[in-house]
Parts: sequence; structure tokens; C-alpha cells
Amino acid sequence: MNVPHANVVYGLVGEFDTPEQLMSAARKVREAGYHRIDAYVPFPVEGLSDALGLGRRQDLVPLLTLIGGLGGGLTGFFFQLWVSMSAYPLNIGGRPLNSWPAFIPVTFELTVLGASTFAVFGMLALNKLPQPHHPLFNIQRFKRASVDKFFLCVEAHDPKFHLVETARLLQSVNAQHVTEVRDED
Amino acid sequence: MSAQDPPVNSPEIRRLARVLEPGHSYASVTDKIASIVLTRPVSIGWLAGFAVAFSLLMLLTVAVAWLIIKGVGIWGINIPIGWGFAIVNFVWWIGIGHAGTLISAILFLLNQKWRTSINRFAEAMTLFAVACAGLFPLIHTGRPWMAYYMFPYPSTMGIWPQFRSPLIWDVFAVSTYGTVSALFWFVGLIPDLATLRDTAKNKAAQIIYGMLAMGWRGSARHWHRYQSAYLLLAGLATPLVLSVHTVVSFDFSIAIVPGWHTTIFPPYFVAGAIYSGFAMVLTIAIPLRKAYDLQDFITMRHLENMAKVMLATGLIVAYGYFFEFFMSLYSGNKFDVFLVQQRLHGPYSHYYFALILCNILTPQLLWIQKVRTNVAVLFVMSLVINLGMWLERFVIVVISLTRDFVPSAWGRYQATFWDYGTFVGTLGLFTTLIFLFVRALPAISIAEMRELVHTEEEHE
Repeated sequence: MNVPHANVVYGLVGEFDTPEQLMSAARKVREAGYHRIDAYVPFPVEGLSDALGLGRRQDLVPLLTLIGGLGGGLTGFFFQLWVSMSAYPLNIGGRPLNSWPAFIPVTFELTVLGASTFAVFGMLALNKLPQPHHPLFNIQRFKRASVDKFFLCVEAHDPKFHLVETARLLQSVNAQHVTEVRDED
Repeated sequence: MSAQDPPVNSPEIRRLARVLEPGHSYASVTDKIASIVLTRPVSIGWLAGFAVAFSLLMLLTVAVAWLIIKGVGIWGINIPIGWGFAIVNFVWWIGIGHAGTLISAILFLLNQKWRTSINRFAEAMTLFAVACAGLFPLIHTGRPWMAYYMFPYPSTMGIWPQFRSPLIWDVFAVSTYGTVSALFWFVGLIPDLATLRDTAKNKAAQIIYGMLAMGWRGSARHWHRYQSAYLLLAGLATPLVLSVHTVVSFDFSIAIVPGWHTTIFPPYFVAGAIYSGFAMVLTIAIPLRKAYDLQDFITMRHLENMAKVMLATGLIVAYGYFFEFFMSLYSGNKFDVFLVQQRLHGPYSHYYFALILCNILTPQLLWIQKVRTNVAVLFVMSLVINLGMWLERFVIVVISLTRDFVPSAWGRYQATFWDYGTFVGTLGLFTTLIFLFVRALPAISIAEMRELVHTEEEHE
């Protein structure tokens, strides 16, 4: 880890033309012992998560969605029950105050509302978005990560990271324009 | 496509089967769609269309202002016809929205590739249609500044909404639907906003799209969560869209008015909603692909599939009409039998026959492939179906209310200039929003088109 300016080096990034090249490179880099790697792609590529070794376990979005849905639905149902039975009871022809079937439509809508908002805002929060600044945005060519190029980044806090060695490795897996990413303006 | 299947390989079938014309790369789809927003100069056609739409929007502001000054007496509503155009238009607009969610959620879950190039603007259409729909119950309250009474909030008067009322269910259904549609739309837009940020040359555009993209950089970790959130949203939006028009139909079917109090309403309202929604998607898609040369992306396959969905949902609607009729007669209930007579021979029977012509008879032409692949005919057909679905709601609302149980309580309904003005005004609002949307945001999902380029390459 004897790298100059280690505090400002974010990592090394290489560019690929196709998702297949990116995935085979990602596998090779991981086989070489790197774990702090990420890929930047213009559309979701099937199998990329496996190639990067991300696995399913990191994904908390479904759990958050479930919590949001249960929370929305239970709140909605018991709120209606409270309003109709205690806060503002309306006697309509002597019918029971706890007319729970009539509360199902609103309960359902609030379940969907809770689940959807948790899914979206949970996804954004877990992705740490909004995040206006990121070292990768300093790279001019990185603009094409949202158009037609596929990028692989080895981050500097990987224990094996070495500016020269890692750059050589990226070049050996056919990455083009291997560039050092610095967190500065 | 393999060469061993001669019929599939005929040039005509190949042309129809494509969801994306060949020869496109990631960069070319990006450029083609993003250029509509970023570099293309404003055309005379756009300006002219926008001017017309915007004038109609001004008519809406005048109509609503006059309504607020004078009250709902400027409309043709009376007792017994308290609902009139406001509810007819509300149901019509909310139904139109349904196709957008169907395309974006249900076809996504069913893994239909042809949804890709039409889902974005169909979702935008949903949002704008819900905005137009929401306006009507609001102004129909007569005192729109009191509309917040419908929401449960701890008021100093200590009153709470009646949760057993379908009208309150409606408030929750429509507001949830609007919120979830907006979330779904925005989540889909995030990667494209990043593309616009990165390809814009103009500083202001870079800043605005940059802020909206929230720093999206296409990280594989982000895509992973993004995809699971998107899939979950699609799964949630699917029952939601079915519930919304079901709840709208409860507004009618829970009441005991003849012609409303029937169990067939929820499924046939949902089918009708999808029917009119697909008609509206075609009404927008056909001029859009022509004006911006998007025939490569919105291909004949898309138009034909939408025509088939219209035919199928149209048949479900026809089934609904038939059973409404049959059950009324079969029940032997004299008010229900009388309603059938009113539809066929009453003062508004011409609306009923126009409805049958627009919604049932004309769409049967869609059985013919030549009709489904003729763009001009499809466009006219989509307008006819939109009109038919509007007439359906008119028939349901007005014919039932004008003559219910006691002849002394019967009435007549005649829409006034302000009824028509408000309705045409919302068409202006809708079209204005569509015109602005097409120039401000990518009308086709760029990220999904790249995915499509990738899968098409794999299949070659």
C-alpha cells in the first residue's frame, strides 16, 4: 500500500466495448484476488452481478418493500377501525361499527402505497443516491458509461491495490484507456 | 430467427415480427432518442400543435375560474342528474391511464419485449390522464378549496371521513395510483436522465438533467438494487391498476340505482379502461413515430399488438354489455327491465346506439390483418374507440340517473357550454403536457432500448 497520494486515489478504471468483454475481464480480475471492484454499464447486464461476485445477499430492497407494505396495510386498517369505532362512530341503521370488509379497499391501497414508496426510496438510500459528486465523474471518457461503453473499476481501498500492478492487470484483460481516478477537482 | 422455418422467414412476417429494426447500436439508439430532446430544433408542426393545445388549456382555466366564481350551476347538472359530465370525464380519463400501467407493469412481468419502446410515453400518458381525471371530482365538489375534507386529518371539528363509502375509497385509490405511477415513471427515467446529463452540450441542460439524475453512474451494485426495485414496483402496480378501476366501478355498483347495481361492473370497467387506454396510446404513438422518425423503434409489430389487445379487451367489453342487458331482463326486476327499454328507446337512445357502433361494431374490423397494419385506419379506429368509451360512461351515468324509480323524480340532462369547455379544456391540458414531455424527456426508454439491442444481437 505504498502508493503516493493514496488518500486521493479512488481507483483505476478501464473501458470495454461489449458486456461480454467486461464480464470476462471482471472474472479474471476477481480471480487475481481483487474484491473491491465495480462495473459501470449503460444498461443492466445479465450475469454481471455474479461476475463481480456480488451475490443476492446484499439486496435489502425486497425486505424493505415487505416492511413498507405491511406497515402501510396495518396502519391503514387499524386507523380505519379506530376512526369508525372510536373517534367518529356513525350508527347507520344499527349496522356493526366494525364493518371490516368495507375497510379492505383502503387497506389494500395503503399497502401498495407503503410498499412502493419503501421500494423506491429504499433503493435510492441503499444506493446512496442522490450523490452529486463522485470521483469517476472527473474522467472525461466516463460520460460514455451512460451511452455505449462498459467500465470496470478497481477501487484503491482493495488490499491488493497497487497503481502499477493493477493497471498492468487491467491492460492484460484487454481494458482500453486504463486511467487513474482521483478524488480531486 | 432460424432459417429452417420458411413461413416465419417470409419478408412480410419478418418485417412484422420485429420490435426493433436492424442495424442499431447502443450509440445509435441513444443518439436517436436523446437528440429529440437535446439537439433537434423546434419544428413548425410542434409549435402549431402546442399552440392549439395551449389555447385549449387556456379554455380550461377560464372554465374552471368561471366555475369557482359562479358555482356548479353553470353546468348542466341538476337533481336527479347530480353527476353529469364531471364524473363521465373522470371515469374516462382514469380509464385511459390504465393502459400505461398495463404496458409498463403487466407486460414487464410477462417479459414482453414489445413493451420496451412504448412504455415510457404510455406511463407519461398515465400520469397526465390521472392529472386530468383528478381535476373533475375536485371541481365537482363545488368548493374545491374544501376538498381536503376528504382526507383523514385531525380536524378541530373532530370529524373523520366515512370509510365505508366508495367515494372515500376512490380518493385513496386514485391518489395511490397517481403516486405509484409517478414513482414508477421516475425510477424508469433515472438512467436516461444520466444519459441526457452526459450527452447534453448545453450547460443548463447538463445541470438540470444532472440534478434529476441524482448522480446515477450505472454502477453494477446500483443496477442490481434498481432492477429488484423495478420488478417489485411492477408487481405492486399490477394489482393496483386492477384495483383502481374496480374501486371506480364501486362508485356505481355499490349504489342501488338501476343499471349501476351489478356485479359485472368491476371486471368490465377494468377491461374498458385498458381498451380506451390502448386506443389513447395508439392516438399518441402514431403521430409521434411519424413526427420524430421513430418507425425503427415503434414498429408495425407494436401497432399490431396494440390493435390485438384492443380487439380482445373490446370483446370483453362487448361481453359486459351483453350480460348487463341479459341480467337486467333475466332478473325480472321491473326497474332493471325499464332501464333496458330506456337505453333502447329512451330520450338518450342515440347515445347508446352510437356507443354500440363505436365500441362493438367498428372494432370488429381489427380481425382483418390489413386493417391492423394500416396506420391511418388504426389512428381513426383509436379515435372512434376513445369516443365510444366516453359514450359508455355517458350512458351509464346519465341514462340511469335521468329515470330511476319514481317518475315524479325523473329529469333530463343537457350539457352546457361550460361542460364541453371543461372537457375540451382537459384535452388541452393533456395534449399540452404530452407536447412538453416529448421535448423535455426521452419519450422512449433509452436504457431499455440498449438492452434490446443487446438481446437482439444475441439472437442473430
